[in-house]
Amino acid sequence: MRKWIIFGLALSLSAGCAKRDDVIKIGEYGSLTGTTATFGVSTKNGIDMATEEINAAGGLLGKKIQVIVEDDRGLADEAASAVKKLVTQDKVVAVLGEVASSRSLAGAPICQENKIPMVTPSSTNPEVTKKGDYIFRICFIDPFQGEAMAKFAFENLKVKKAAILKDSKNDYSVGLAQYFAETFKGLGGQIVAEESYFEGDQDFKAQLTSIKGKKPEAIFIPGYYTEVGLIARQARELGLNIPLLGGDGWDSPKLTEIATLKKPGDALKDCYFSNHYAADDPNPVIQDFIKKYKAKYEEVPDAMAVLGYDAAHILYDAIKRAGSPEGAKIRDELAKTANFPGVAGQTTIDSARNARKPLVVLKIGEGGAYEYMATVNP
Amino acid sequence: MKRLAAFIGFFLLFLLANRFLPEIIDPYYLHLFTLSCINVILAVSLNLINGTTGQFSLGHAGFMAVGGYTSASLTFYLGPKIIATLDFLPAILAKNFVFLFALLGGGLSAAFLGLLVGIPSLRLRGDYLAIVTLGMGEIVRVLILNVEAIGGARGFSDIPAYTNLFWIISLTALTIAAVASLTASSHGRAFLSVREDEIAAEAMGVNTTYYKVIAFVIGAFFAGMAGCLFGHYLQLLHPNSFTFLKSFEIIIMIIVGGLGSIFGAVVAAVILTLLPEALRYLGPVKDWRMVIYSLALIILMITRPQGLFGNWTPDFRRWWPFRKPQPVA
Repeated sequence: MRKWIIFGLALSLSAGCAKRDDVIKIGEYGSLTGTTATFGVSTKNGIDMATEEINAAGGLLGKKIQVIVEDDRGLADEAASAVKKLVTQDKVVAVLGEVASSRSLAGAPICQENKIPMVTPSSTNPEVTKKGDYIFRICFIDPFQGEAMAKFAFENLKVKKAAILKDSKNDYSVGLAQYFAETFKGLGGQIVAEESYFEGDQDFKAQLTSIKGKKPEAIFIPGYYTEVGLIARQARELGLNIPLLGGDGWDSPKLTEIATLKKPGDALKDCYFSNHYAADDPNPVIQDFIKKYKAKYEEVPDAMAVLGYDAAHILYDAIKRAGSPEGAKIRDELAKTANFPGVAGQTTIDSARNARKPLVVLKIGEGGAYEYMATVNP
Repeated sequence: MKRLAAFIGFFLLFLLANRFLPEIIDPYYLHLFTLSCINVILAVSLNLINGTTGQFSLGHAGFMAVGGYTSASLTFYLGPKIIATLDFLPAILAKNFVFLFALLGGGLSAAFLGLLVGIPSLRLRGDYLAIVTLGMGEIVRVLILNVEAIGGARGFSDIPAYTNLFWIISLTALTIAAVASLTASSHGRAFLSVREDEIAAEAMGVNTTYYKVIAFVIGAFFAGMAGCLFGHYLQLLHPNSFTFLKSFEIIIMIIVGGLGSIFGAVVAAVILTLLPEALRYLGPVKDWRMVIYSLALIILMITRPQGLFGNWTPDFRRWWPFRKPQPVA
């Protein structure tokens, strides 16, 4: 009996290792399990959709694309193992991932060392692409989001005094708050209060009361949707009826569900946040994508899915232009990406291998619906 | 004399391994070997505290974090200056000298924290140490999150890649040798007596608090060095790598190996590092990787609650070439 089990295991191992030259192998690493599992799964959904589209249209360079997905459980050392396996064992031609910057930072040196292009769909930490000339990103970075919201608050909302409430344990939140404050002060505005909370907190009344005493005209809350929803509710209960501003961490169907006093989403009415795309944008590229995504996965795509989809398409387009699955050639073509019509806006890769693309500011209106407000170009 | 010869022999052997192994062995396997070795150091050092001395510490990830961050700050901020003053040495020597300095700094800082935490809490018996060390680990993590100079919540990146096979192999060997000979010495007997019966040990004149603190500090020292190797290998330290789950992972290793067995800790650390990676090759059931991993642990604990090896350690001295011939009975 035991012999048969070992035999079976050996067989499945050898089957897994079998060489197939009729496919182009792309590696993907992401957090399919762990505390940020939804990020990894959404990204994978987006990448799978893009891959199916290309394969249905005949594949790349006359071959089908095979995406090999490795889970990293949301841990930096597992991410390094996953990338090492993809690059040295599966011999992938390029790597897609990760969502979180900490895992991208662990994977990037390995890709760089092996001269395998890596495209991260949504790591916003500026450090990631500084790891080397094979590392690309197709989303905007933290400074741009913080700056854009500061400009929007100062110029469009005419806010002169703003407060900041950030998650001091979260690198994304700290980064956005820092760039918001710098830009806002640079424009002539005043940051009257800067308070912080921790992810998982339930009660924010102490911070909100302190902020209320300083009489700001708006509060910038660059956090994730769970806490933002609670903060909005408690702010309104304290009679703090000023606009709240935020970043793409707000984007979740759960946000308005949590921020509900009497009617759905009323605690966040007339609040603004920056995002990668607007679902009500009449642009046919976006509407087409949303329709297809809904048909396949039965849910509205979040930003991670959109960016995963765009990242895969930008990479496949570069491979097509390179005409060969060689790392150096793909790298060169990725660097030349200009005005790629992605779902999340026209994407151009700049000389620092970051994406230059517009962001949209959304307003939360009646019933928690997002309304497109403005597009901010870099 | 023979000891010195053996020491130099091993030194040269490890240098040769460092030079030639990367050329023969696949980088993925070398990567897994490196991670296994780091986990071996962690498991063997925790085994000294939890297994041999019988104290339940939940703070190993905290010690690892302190060691990792201290050493990374040393190489990142002081390293370039030291290398500049050592410009009369060949670059490779200067680099490794800095790393040795960082390793010691990382180990000593973790040991110092171990001393600080250990002295008050090890006077108590029972579960208090578990609670105190759990709290310590979280305090360390929150402190790191709030210090901008070491990356804060963004993580400490751009750490120089100083960890190489030589350091990995020699420190793993050093840890195993140090803990094994300590356990076999009269100090080791004292550790065991604390585990078996604290009151009896005290009645026999063993200063139990002293020995508990010693075991705790030595364990923390090696955990700090493991953190240093880890940071300089991944070139990145992130607070999320050092949650209490990491401490539990190490505890699982020593329980699977058998509490108190150094050999068991080594084998279990290697198996538990390789198992999740090996399961990546399972093809269609790959998505169930972590379920299979957890199931394997549960089945093992049901069938062998004392761990793979109990507290049995094979007598490797039998193969030691410099052993004095034993009289035949």
